[in-house]
Amino acid sequence: MTVEVVKPGVQTTVQDIGRFGYLRQGVLQSGAMDTISLRTANQLVGNDEFAAALELTIAGPSLKFETDALLAVTGAGMQPVIDGKEYSLGVPLFIPKGQMLSFKPIKHGIRAYVAVAGGFDVPQVMDSHSTYLRAGFGGFEGRALQKGDVLAIQETDHPYFNWMKEQAGGFVKALKWGANSLRLDEEPNQSIRIFKGTHWDRFTEDSQKKLIHTDYFLTTQSDRMGYRFEAEETLELKEAFNVLSEAVDFGTVQVPSEGKPMILMADRQTTGGYPRMAQVIAADLSRLAQLRPTETMRFELVSFKEAEDLYVQQERSMTERKAGIRLRWNECLKGAGV
Amino acid sequence: MAVYKEAEFYELSERAVTVKFGDGIDPKLHARVSQFMQVIDEQPFQGYVEAVPSYTGITFFYNPLKVIKTNNETTIQQQVIAELKERIAQLEYATKNSLEANKIEIPVLYGGEYGPDLQEVAHANGLSTDEVIQLHSERTYLVYMIGFAPGFPFIGGMNERIATPRKSKPREKVPAGSVGIAGHQTGVYPMATPGGWQLIGQTPLKLFDVNRDVPSLLQSGDQVTFKPISKDAFVELKERSEKSHDS
Repeated sequence: MTVEVVKPGVQTTVQDIGRFGYLRQGVLQSGAMDTISLRTANQLVGNDEFAAALELTIAGPSLKFETDALLAVTGAGMQPVIDGKEYSLGVPLFIPKGQMLSFKPIKHGIRAYVAVAGGFDVPQVMDSHSTYLRAGFGGFEGRALQKGDVLAIQETDHPYFNWMKEQAGGFVKALKWGANSLRLDEEPNQSIRIFKGTHWDRFTEDSQKKLIHTDYFLTTQSDRMGYRFEAEETLELKEAFNVLSEAVDFGTVQVPSEGKPMILMADRQTTGGYPRMAQVIAADLSRLAQLRPTETMRFELVSFKEAEDLYVQQERSMTERKAGIRLRWNECLKGAGV
Repeated sequence: MAVYKEAEFYELSERAVTVKFGDGIDPKLHARVSQFMQVIDEQPFQGYVEAVPSYTGITFFYNPLKVIKTNNETTIQQQVIAELKERIAQLEYATKNSLEANKIEIPVLYGGEYGPDLQEVAHANGLSTDEVIQLHSERTYLVYMIGFAPGFPFIGGMNERIATPRKSKPREKVPAGSVGIAGHQTGVYPMATPGGWQLIGQTPLKLFDVNRDVPSLLQSGDQVTFKPISKDAFVELKERSEKSHDS
């Protein structure tokens, strides 16, 4: 029940929904950057939706499956390829023992997620399977995958897996339905929505306007820890003040003294000591996680109430998605007389 | 002096709210933070996930979907704030029984290769190295918070006479356990990282150990003292802490 890493990809790590309960000991939350895609991948293969999957970045790995597996690839930036054939993102896929899963880049997005039925078998560290790269623990030996690594998969007797295996008859099989990105708005929304942060009023009125009307260019200095932006305009405080370090969150928009916003992402430190101008709404974090360095974006200001309502709506959509996927699976199982 | 303003609340995110009890770095203000932390540990609210104490307050993380709203007109976070306010009211009674702080002694081998900047700190302040060691190890320090990195303590209360600016060029690798000074602060590096602190010594203790039930040796609210030790004691304690790692 193993998968061999033939090519590691740019940065492939094991991530689940994150590490909770240890922030006050200085331990990062970590976890998937695009949690909607992580959860969807797990839902598609019948796992707990918060379970560990592989997070692929920029260019995916080549993984040789030494076992039959039911998997799903979600997110963006790349598309699964098995035996020379491309498959869609977000569909349940059966890969027979001995086949290689590789990836072909696509034009939008940067991160994809691979979930396998049963889950990857890596030890839990502090209640999570997430890889904490800088501290070197969690996930697969506390690091990104390397050539030659052998990842174990939990043995599974899940009806979805069993049905797919039977249907596939020793070949690759993809289902014709699936799920991937989650769109809550009717119009595709290009801007990233924020609400006012703790120190919003400390910035000049001019800077408050600039934050909303400036095109921000995502620099290549951006990673799982934080996104750094370039812009012609700089943001200024009315007067300098001393910020004592305190807790920050995924999506916190800090403005260091050079006046360019920085957004804290999945591997952010637990506390921060820069002025917090804004907070990216939770419902836009997964979309932000797919922004590529060198792409530009704008911020749009909403109220906290709107942000909270959108979060609740997103969670409701994920619950519906889960029920919808289960329904499709049940139809499959019945159709096959299982 | 600590100024107890009425508690203020800030929306950090849709799942986190910060309560602030005052401004500045002050042990009395922080005592209130520790007391409130204790109240919440004993009586968490519905949906509570975890909390991060800081110098002036606490940030509470919660699961918005698990918070039970009693009023549909307000936001979920307003409900959480109402729950926190109820508990703050109880705090007024609780303050009389002030908590017993956890006291931790950190053995330190000062100077030499373990504290390569001890000379520089002494020179910068017109002191002998023995005086620096004396001034650094005679006080009891307060751990205000753990943050920045796993197990990294923000410690307050250092003697101004040994305050020294950071190094102009940070080191590429500071060994784990290094005890340093940066401006008016002192601290200990839990892990080997790059860093610009003036290094005056090293502790054989592990400030952070993934294999411990509570990985961080220090917690917000702890009282810390540094105890000068000999090279022999350092080697012995270091071996012991390595062994406990294996068991």
